[in-house]
Amino acid sequence: MADRYIEPDTPELRARWGNFAWTAENAEKAKDVVSRYPAGRQRSAVMPLLDLAQRQVGAELNTQGWLPIPVMEYIAAYLDMPVIRVVEVASFYTMYNIAPIGRFHVQVCGTTPCMLRGSDDLLETCKSRGMKKGHISEDGLWSFTEVECMGNCASAPMVQINDDNYEDLTSARLNAVLDALARGETPKAGTQDPARHTVEPVGEPTNLAAMITENHDYRSEW
Amino acid sequence: MPKVKVDGVEIDVPNGATVLQACELAGKEIPRFCYHERLSIAGNCRMCLVEVKPGPPKPQASCALPASEGQEIRTDSEMVKKAREGVMEFLLINHPLDCPICDQGGECDLQDQSVAYGRGASRYDENKRAVTEKYMGPLIKTTMTRCIHCTRCVRFSEEIAGVDEIGALYRGENMQITTYLEHAAKHEMSANVIDLCPVGALTSRPYAFEARPWELKKTLGIDVSDATGANIRIDARGREVLRVLPRNNDDVNEEWISDKARYMVDGLTKRRLDKPFLRRDGKLVAVSWNEAFAAIATLNPGNSIAAVAGDMVDCETMFAAKKLVGALGSKLIEGRQTGMDYATDSLAAVNFNTTFSGIETADAILIAGSNVRWEAPLLNVRLRKAVKRGAKVFLIGPEWETTFGGEFLGEDLSVLGNLPQNVADVLSNAKRPAVILGGAALGRGGLEAGLALAAQFNLVRDLEDGTKWNGFNVLHMAAARMGGLMLGYAQKGGIADLVAAKPKVLLALGADEVDFTQFAGSMIVYIGHHGDKGAHAADVILPASAYTEKAGTYVNTEGRVQWSDKAVFAPGDAREDWTILRALADAFGVTVGFDTFDQLRNAMIEEVPALGSEGLADYGSVLPLGGGSAAGQIAYPIKDFYMTNPIARASAVMQRCSAELLHGEEIAEAAE
Repeated sequence: MADRYIEPDTPELRARWGNFAWTAENAEKAKDVVSRYPAGRQRSAVMPLLDLAQRQVGAELNTQGWLPIPVMEYIAAYLDMPVIRVVEVASFYTMYNIAPIGRFHVQVCGTTPCMLRGSDDLLETCKSRGMKKGHISEDGLWSFTEVECMGNCASAPMVQINDDNYEDLTSARLNAVLDALARGETPKAGTQDPARHTVEPVGEPTNLAAMITENHDYRSEW
Repeated sequence: MPKVKVDGVEIDVPNGATVLQACELAGKEIPRFCYHERLSIAGNCRMCLVEVKPGPPKPQASCALPASEGQEIRTDSEMVKKAREGVMEFLLINHPLDCPICDQGGECDLQDQSVAYGRGASRYDENKRAVTEKYMGPLIKTTMTRCIHCTRCVRFSEEIAGVDEIGALYRGENMQITTYLEHAAKHEMSANVIDLCPVGALTSRPYAFEARPWELKKTLGIDVSDATGANIRIDARGREVLRVLPRNNDDVNEEWISDKARYMVDGLTKRRLDKPFLRRDGKLVAVSWNEAFAAIATLNPGNSIAAVAGDMVDCETMFAAKKLVGALGSKLIEGRQTGMDYATDSLAAVNFNTTFSGIETADAILIAGSNVRWEAPLLNVRLRKAVKRGAKVFLIGPEWETTFGGEFLGEDLSVLGNLPQNVADVLSNAKRPAVILGGAALGRGGLEAGLALAAQFNLVRDLEDGTKWNGFNVLHMAAARMGGLMLGYAQKGGIADLVAAKPKVLLALGADEVDFTQFAGSMIVYIGHHGDKGAHAADVILPASAYTEKAGTYVNTEGRVQWSDKAVFAPGDAREDWTILRALADAFGVTVGFDTFDQLRNAMIEEVPALGSEGLADYGSVLPLGGGSAAGQIAYPIKDFYMTNPIARASAVMQRCSAELLHGEEIAEAAE
């Protein structure tokens, strides 16, 4: 997160994104989002709309998308709210990209459970493939950042790439995923452990074993 | 009225009070950074922790906790002491502790409170974070590494100023306060965030590295940059005024002042008239006082003399000039320099009767011919408060960017006599309706049309709670205006009467807005402090004192009489205005009846008793009947907020503000 910065407001950026406007489809969606909130409270819609705008930018660039300053200004004008309030929101949440990203935006979780399960190896793997925090690789394919807990602790360590999570990773499994992506394939999202279907226990359950076959009242045993 | 116990003492607190307010009522000091009486409650600095029972067994942020019946609050327990020490230690983790080079040093909340409530040493030995400085315009200097994220500045710009431009970007340790894309803060009250900042993150750019607070002599004064009469504290060292700060006065300026009031003071040392000058062969040459007086006296004007008062003069000066002119047998005195000639028979008809604190409670307001943001920024703050309480505002005049919404009805004065039905409905259904006429709406029948509205909508009324309501207001722009009107500085035909009389001598008391070409045949004696328009046209210049250099009485646009003290001496040979007028009386060989300032003031109070007591003067609530029709395109008289008076025009800071904030010039930062 320390590497986050807002892409500077340059004439080139203005020229590229100054004309940003909803596509016909997104205009419908935006209207729908705003209608979920009471009249006069339209600024509550800022987060879904930022996401929508990011996706629209992403569709144009064939990435996950990001939020250039003129796009944030468009959202502010659309919701009739001060731009600074939009920028505050966009810069607060790491899911909003406020600088350009690569075709695949790799977010490695480094919080305690993942770290204990080997996220350091994953960071090393990414590094060895030339990824650098807050930078886009030269081929435009990869951008990389370390994030805090993504809520997949039961299948740690994990990496989020664009909208998909890849879990139960090792250095080799991550390499396999990244290679597949680079080849243009779509690797299976979720756990990468062949022995696992989802986040069910690996091997025999060790906790609440008496509950496996039938309901069991543990209360008297506390 | 809940009863709470603070440190064992039982007190009653008002409904809706917070625990912090309860502690203050009990006389306990609660340290705080983010809490501010006039801003919303944020509760993010955690410095105000106290122990409250009943409640969770941990310290609670008193600023955000409502006081309720039966609470036992401790501000002196071991838990509270430890909590404060802990919070302070955390706050100081990323604070640079560069007090020796910080301008806030000596008046810093963080400094004071760390001495009073800190533990004396830090256990933190990692690297501190550093934050790049943010550009916030020509007035605010930032050192964002010092910021403790209290968000007072963010809340000020959003809630009080009404111009959302400061925000907190990023989060957690990386949180940074900045203006949008580091644009300059563009409103008339922006520098108030400097006072609000509890640390040295936002400091005053023009005052940077000038002085320490303990070196300064503090004098209580009144601001003259507009007619609101903001209460100020003039901080001076030696003979120079270094800065102006607001004083608290809930009736006038709360605790804000406009940027112009705060920063035009550097103009007090520039373009000053510090010697008498005499025009010889078309050129002004420096002369002695005696030569100057002799030149005026030899003209021997008899009763062919007139006086015109400028926008910033005090009542004493105007009274002294009135006496002098009167002793010579003339009655030609006028203060409305630009030719206004509205009737002044009833001062209630040209006064801001609702008062500034009263206008907050209005529920329907019609503003005609006033760009309030520029003409009275402090009133704009009040209007914003009124709108937040639900008031409807309508405006007549060219559109300007209001901070409170409002509906523009048209640009012509004729709208006053022909209000749209929905506006008339709102005004007639309102419990506390108000009309505000600005300077641009006073002439061309505007005042009479406004008075007709007062009658039509019954603006003067008794409210249900028994108090009186007078919703008719005139908003002046000159600090001297109401005082001048009380002293009779108004001719029936305005300044045209003076022109028609063709006086041999025209005394211009700091008058810089007069079209002096009208007085081509007169000897123009300019008694003022700045070499501005008035001095350029003068035949004789007698150097006088600016508002910081003399004691004086000022009456603001509400009719509020206020006294200002002398902070510094005038430069060079300049004298206080009244002494010059007294000496002129000798030169003319007449007596004016006062030899000392006290005698002058007493004589003035004897003639106009209302000037003798601080506070609102009583003009009665009977408004003359208006009528007639007004017509004409409205044009606001102020073209440039930062350049409205000779002091501001001489001020380098105001010139830069004007160029950068209003005319959009890029000002390159000097390499520091």
